[in-house]
Amino acid sequence: MSLEHYLVLSAVIFCIGLYGALSKRSAVVILMCIELMLNAANIALVAFSRYITPTLLTGQVFSIFSILVAAAEVTIGLAIIIAIYRRHETIDASKINLLKW
Amino acid sequence: MGLEIAFWVLATLMTASALAVVLLPNIFRSALALVVCFLAVAGIFVTLSADFLAAVQVLIYVGAIAILIILSIMLTKEVQHGNLSNKLRLPSFIICAVLLGITIFAMLNTAWPVSAEAPLETTTSTLANILFSRDGMFLLVEIGGMLLLATIIGAITIVRDK
Repeated sequence: MSLEHYLVLSAVIFCIGLYGALSKRSAVVILMCIELMLNAANIALVAFSRYITPTLLTGQVFSIFSILVAAAEVTIGLAIIIAIYRRHETIDASKINLLKW
Repeated sequence: MGLEIAFWVLATLMTASALAVVLLPNIFRSALALVVCFLAVAGIFVTLSADFLAAVQVLIYVGAIAILIILSIMLTKEVQHGNLSNKLRLPSFIICAVLLGITIFAMLNTAWPVSAEAPLETTTSTLANILFSRDGMFLLVEIGGMLLLATIIGAITIVRDK
């Protein structure tokens, strides 16, 4: 296997996630697609770490921190979704317009 | 040879389940497809000889994040509405296809400085040395702990009943 295989796989997953994040109505599905994009970035980081610096593991350390931030992000995101659902009875992202002018 | 078979099986499984997340009409099923996708990512990490990260992926993504997402789907009655798209479906599809083409073109036409060294057999002790040594990233680990603490307090504050 070469580095390009893993990079193309990560690009495909990233674009599927981006399509979902841009085109879905439900806020939970948008968060799920953001998780897909973060996973694609992790695959690219680990592939670079395996093929370019195999003994230094730079990319793996980077992806540990990215997993940490992803866990924090999804926790806060779901807390905000639950809070919005309590108040408005919907989490349709095209109907939530609290911060629009 | 075995590595190649594993890569192609995992890559096909991952792409199929990522498409299922986006395309399935039932939100609960797409959350389950997301779990399959996370497991396939852990398998891809194993083929990249990143054993510690594969374990972390299973523990954090499959164990924690997927459960959180499924719980919040159940708490918000989203299953009844289904996995709807908004008005931007076609433009976002075009944007993603163009971005995919540009990215793959750039990736295949770059001369990556690939190293010929063999990867480490086990990565855990090396990772621990990088993360916790005196001249390593110990400060970043502490900042990460602070971030998680702030996240817990923030989530409790946001969802608390007044």
